Amino acid sequence: MLESVTLIVAQTTVLLAVSPFLVGLIRKVKARLQLRRGASVLQPYADLVKLFQKQPVISTTTSWIFTATPYIVFASTLTAGLLVPTFTSQTPMNFAGNIIALVYLLALGTFFLILAGLDAGSAFGGMGGSREAIVASLTEPAMILSIFAIALTAGSTNLSTVVHKTAVLEGIMTDPSPHLMALAALFIVALAETGRVPVDNPATHLELTMIHEAMVLEYSGRYLALLEWAAGLKLAVFLSLIANVFAPWGIATTMTPAAMAIGLLVYLAKIAALAVAIGVIECMFAKLRLFRVTDLLGVAFILALLGLLFFYILRS
Amino acid sequence: MLNLLWVLLGGYVAGILLPFCLPRDPNAQNLMTSVPAIVATSAGVVLGLLGLTSSEPVTGSLASTIPLLTLAIRLDSLAAFFVLTISVVGLAASIYAIGYLRHFAGRTSIATLGALFNAYLLAMTFVVLADNGFFFLLAWELMSLLSYFLVVTEHEKADVRYAGLFYLIMTHVGTAFIVVAFLIFFQSTGSFSFETFRHPGQPLHEGMKTLVFLMALIGFGTKAGIVPLHVWLPYAHPVAPSHVSAVMSGVMIKTAIYGLIRVYFDFFGGQFPWWWGFTVLLLGATSALLGVMYALMEHDLKRLLAFHSVENIGIILLGIGVGMIFQSYGLKELAALGLLAGIYHTINHALFKALLFLGAGSLLYATDTRNMEEYGGLLRRMPWTGLFFLIGAVSISALPPTNGFVSEWLVFQSLFLSFQIPTVFLKLMLPIAAAILALTGVLVLACFAKAFGITFLAQPRSAHARHAEEAPVPMRIAMGFLATFCVALGIAPMVVVPLLDRVVTPLAGISIARNILAIDGWALAPVNVEFSSLSTPVLALLLVALSLLGLALAVTLGGRLKPRRYKTWGCGINLSPRMEYTATGFVQPIKRVFSTIYQPTVKLETEFLDESRYFAKRRHFEFHIEPIFEKYLYDPLVAFFAALADRLKVIQAGSLHLYLTYIFVTLIALLLLAV
Repeated sequence: MLESVTLIVAQTTVLLAVSPFLVGLIRKVKARLQLRRGASVLQPYADLVKLFQKQPVISTTTSWIFTATPYIVFASTLTAGLLVPTFTSQTPMNFAGNIIALVYLLALGTFFLILAGLDAGSAFGGMGGSREAIVASLTEPAMILSIFAIALTAGSTNLSTVVHKTAVLEGIMTDPSPHLMALAALFIVALAETGRVPVDNPATHLELTMIHEAMVLEYSGRYLALLEWAAGLKLAVFLSLIANVFAPWGIATTMTPAAMAIGLLVYLAKIAALAVAIGVIECMFAKLRLFRVTDLLGVAFILALLGLLFFYILRS
Repeated sequence: MLNLLWVLLGGYVAGILLPFCLPRDPNAQNLMTSVPAIVATSAGVVLGLLGLTSSEPVTGSLASTIPLLTLAIRLDSLAAFFVLTISVVGLAASIYAIGYLRHFAGRTSIATLGALFNAYLLAMTFVVLADNGFFFLLAWELMSLLSYFLVVTEHEKADVRYAGLFYLIMTHVGTAFIVVAFLIFFQSTGSFSFETFRHPGQPLHEGMKTLVFLMALIGFGTKAGIVPLHVWLPYAHPVAPSHVSAVMSGVMIKTAIYGLIRVYFDFFGGQFPWWWGFTVLLLGATSALLGVMYALMEHDLKRLLAFHSVENIGIILLGIGVGMIFQSYGLKELAALGLLAGIYHTINHALFKALLFLGAGSLLYATDTRNMEEYGGLLRRMPWTGLFFLIGAVSISALPPTNGFVSEWLVFQSLFLSFQIPTVFLKLMLPIAAAILALTGVLVLACFAKAFGITFLAQPRSAHARHAEEAPVPMRIAMGFLATFCVALGIAPMVVVPLLDRVVTPLAGISIARNILAIDGWALAPVNVEFSSLSTPVLALLLVALSLLGLALAVTLGGRLKPRRYKTWGCGINLSPRMEYTATGFVQPIKRVFSTIYQPTVKLETEFLDESRYFAKRRHFEFHIEPIFEKYLYDPLVAFFAALADRLKVIQAGSLHLYLTYIFVTLIALLLLAV
């Protein structure tokens, strides 16, 4: 019991601590590739502290939904984060939910974000919510199918069990092609879900392009801080998911302090590498027009489906 | 337990007769009809719970003077479950009616409306209790007719009459198919008793079994509103008084689910080929996806909810269909899981859909319009209705930790477990069905973000919404009652699953409650903990705890500065409701992405000022989506029958003598046939 509680606290702390770093790292990589020096990777931490201390301004048209949303989004994203293994493969909250629960917990945040966007009464919020809805509806089928393709190999849809089994029995993959397809699909999904180029641009406030930023446009002060932190957390959740499901090597499979320490270091290295990859992608591609995003997400869906098909064909 | 049945019967009969004793006073009539209904439905709730927990089915019968008809009832666990569902929703609707019927005072007879409502609930209860084919059909027909009369309550409006007629025709077409299915049973067993349907002397011929399957699917499918038989539903459900809509959408369409389970799992004992289940699954997936897609385009709140009934029936059928597939491969545990997921969603949908319809009724009561574009900002004017509607919206969007999430999660798990089926075709099709369910899930989320956001948030968009007032207390109590259940059934699946397991056990032949409940009931784990597990109480606890963590962070890291209130920045001009996003605008990207399904036609006419073509005087915008099923399926059918009727006109000369001759000739012909 005590061990579980410690692990939960540890995982919460790691996720909370690491997410601003990931955001800073992506910004730094982009800046360097654009031949700028860029802000320090620690800048997002300073931003958060500053935002928490500012006096928030709340629109007179809003209701309690607007002030409750940041807490709901923060809590749902963090709860989703507790279902994903990070530095240890035996997450204590593993039993509380599988991949479907993760998807729907994130959807809970999305639902309230859309509502908050509408609540302020300006057209921007509605626009963002409307776009978020269509992007989310196209990503989730691909996400569920791609995870399912992997779950079949491990015989589980609980993320910790998948990771633990893959890490302990390294040889269970007979052929990597279904996994590679699912990986590609999930990576596209992650880009779309976390609002990254080529689906959304987190660095813009232009009404033609913004999705996530449009929904949170009216937020300020501590509310904005919580939402920014939650956005970072969502990124961390997806990167942990990809890193540990597809490359569980090095993750702590036992409860010894040494294994934990190694696990933590390897985990940080893995998600940092993924963050760098996202930074590079953001520099290489332009943002897609909203109605071209469907093609990209269609590709993700087909890839996931092919992964599943390959799995069955290779098995039989 | 039979005493309780008498209480129930007495309550409903009192609710039918008492209001007519007081011809003058509408308020007294209202109480005289609603209070007995509350008593009767409460008795129904207890009866349902007792029936679920008792080990032996309770039976009773009365002989009648009509040949072949025995008034036989049987309260087994399946019937008890549906009695419970009907009664819970009926109870909420009856409490609601106390407040809501005031809306109709002076416009229509409250006594008639209340009496019809009581009779309707009574007929529905007997549909699921009946243990005799003839009796079942009688109750079924009574239920359909009474609901028709309730639908046309506001018959002075032309669209209400049209909706009523459409409904009346469709429901009778459906009933005809059910009659055929029962007649096939009757022909081979010589009795209408369900007991002989279950154990016929000689088993039904394979071809006949298939015919029964199809007839029952079409017949019950029409009532359930599965695509493409759903077309009547979005017309009929919205025009009825809202508490009636809640019962129609919440439970009446579920009697069709009852019928399907009764015929396939009880009468046939779960003996059927895999393609039966696959057909049900396919229809379920189609209904789920198309239901939500059409719902998204609706801006009439009650029509939107009606389309969601189509969608949810689809999800229920996904569960039942996958259960049937597993059953035909002899995978009993998984069959039980699929069925359990289906019936769990049945009660959940009954609860949240009734809640949402009651919420829509409160909005209609307060604003006199069903058009969402005229709502807005109502959360401030109607905080309780808003809160309850939000709980309903979160539940129907299957977001944790509410009840919709638990049952959809179970459907997902049973679809994922398809890898145990020996055929590759089904192994691939079931995950695709899961993907369709995922797509449906997010579209529902989008639809209810729209429904709640446009209705309750931002500024009022019309004078109606500006002057809206909170619903009367009985209406709030009814909504709160259902909202509590929506949350309770979400965070306490360990209480619900063992009860539902009692329904599933006799049907699938295996009890799975013990396999599903892991860690002392804290988690649901279909088949095994390794494959998947879910603990909504823990998720709910985590959500609360981490929200508090967020609050704590905000307090410790930042100042406790009180937020400043200021108007939303509108680019320098004052914000007006016309700047808000509309429901039409909100779904525009979805309409565009799925334009192959919608086939939208958009018409924009602009009238310019004479002086300059840069200034518009007036703009007229119209947009329609193609009603594909009505245009390509029903219109040709209607045209065909109209033409046929035209041809048959020659034998209808209007002369009484001629008709008597027809009757005589038919009689002779029949006598000759009999000889």
